[in-house]
Amino acid sequence: METALSIKGLDVRYGPVQATRGVDLTAAKGGVTALLGANGAGKTSTVMAIAGALRISGGSVSIFGKDMTGATPDAIVRAGVAISPEGRRVFSALSVEDNLTLAGSVVGDAATALSRKAAMMERFPILGERRKQLAGLLSGGEQQMLAVARALMSGPRLLLMDEPSLGLAPQMVDAIFGIVEELRDEGISILLVEQNATLALDVADHAVILANGAVAAAGAPGDLKNDKLLQAAYLAA
Amino acid sequence: MDLIIQQSINAISLGGVYAMLALGLAIVFSIVGLINFAHGDIMTFGGYGIFLSLAFGTSPVAALAVGIGAAVVMALTLERTAFRAMRGADVVTLLITSFAVSEILKVVFQNTISARPVPISFPAAWSGTYQVAGATIGVVPTVSIIVAFVSLLGLTLILRRTATGLAMRAAAEDLEMLKLLGVRANRVVAMAFALSGLLAGIAAVIWTAQRGSVDPMMGFFPVLKAFIATVLGGLGSLGGAVLGGFVIGVLEVLTQAFLPDGLSPYRDAIVLALVIAALLWRPDGLLPAKNANRS
Repeated sequence: METALSIKGLDVRYGPVQATRGVDLTAAKGGVTALLGANGAGKTSTVMAIAGALRISGGSVSIFGKDMTGATPDAIVRAGVAISPEGRRVFSALSVEDNLTLAGSVVGDAATALSRKAAMMERFPILGERRKQLAGLLSGGEQQMLAVARALMSGPRLLLMDEPSLGLAPQMVDAIFGIVEELRDEGISILLVEQNATLALDVADHAVILANGAVAAAGAPGDLKNDKLLQAAYLAA
Repeated sequence: MDLIIQQSINAISLGGVYAMLALGLAIVFSIVGLINFAHGDIMTFGGYGIFLSLAFGTSPVAALAVGIGAAVVMALTLERTAFRAMRGADVVTLLITSFAVSEILKVVFQNTISARPVPISFPAAWSGTYQVAGATIGVVPTVSIIVAFVSLLGLTLILRRTATGLAMRAAAEDLEMLKLLGVRANRVVAMAFALSGLLAGIAAVIWTAQRGSVDPMMGFFPVLKAFIATVLGGLGSLGGAVLGGFVIGVLEVLTQAFLPDGLSPYRDAIVLALVIAALLWRPDGLLPAKNANRS
């Protein structure tokens, strides 16, 4: 099995606080890997370390077979990774279109960036309709769409999605998970961080559960779903 | 009537200098959270750039270009040597770092050039006057108003219309997210420092053209006023910095021109009291920075 992402023994620290200890995680190429666990289990720390935003104090990260441990965020983007971060973090004072333009500025070829932007507006019609509006004025679901579209502007092969459904209306949650499946079908590998374990396990083909910064369980979604003990211990809201 | 015209020109001219300095402070603060106390020394360095190139016999116009360039180079050098290492530190740590940098530069200026003012003599034609509606108006204040407005307009265009400007506006909101998109943050931050240095250099040109000398403290007082302007306008707000700069400049000239002699020693106190009153009325400043809306 070819891997999009392979993490071994990942340690992330915030000063004296250890956020993750020895996390091992593999994401298959072209698949959806779910990263689950309660609040504070170390999911976001893991994702931010992969994206290069947090210093890695131990272990290794390799992306499409290339060692990227300690690489800068821009090198990681060039290696084919993009992130839709926790809390969406769209640039609220910029227009929808400017959010996409900005993300496209890292693409070497201006024509490619332009055609990708047009493709995003078509794919997410609401963003096309509101292209001139400030991103801060969009609804939560629309901001999530924008965060995903913005991530796709760099043409990633691996997409990190951190809590894309958090705080959204049920209808919007369905739409977001629909997008996850679409992107997977287009061949983009996805690492999906979720608190909504039931939905995530439905769409994922591999899952890892974190607890207190360490891997508590990993395996096929079907097995994890049927494990009552696991459900009760780590995934119950 | 002519007194009013003259004083208005002086007020707008001084306000323009404060506005440029305040805008330079605000650009850097909005992106890296640094309240750059060494900004005044960047301006002073620009003044010494003019002095030294005149001393080496370059033409006055070339000397002005050298002065502006010197300020840009100094701003970039400080970013690279002192402030980049402190990136991400809290506001107080950054502020104290900039105090240290400022003190070091002042001592260097004193010991390598002079602790006392050194003269800068521009061509006599530059200090001429002209008549409008019976009022005698100086060429230098008039030109400085034009230069200030062109600079502020140019900067607005850079921020609004260019890719770099877009990245800078995004950086002001969420620098880490900008990095996560793969944009090289160091370039964006360096660009912010370069622009703030450019504005300080232009301010140095106007300042030295009006006063005819440079000393190690030259940048200190105007930048102090510019600090007050940024707070009055709303810390981190670019439009607020410009507005605050003009308000402080106008208040200063008005109090100088129209206060009775007995009150003139209290001029700064009166201006600051008005600023405090404005802040009591609007604690976030006249044009507060937009808060990032993350739902």
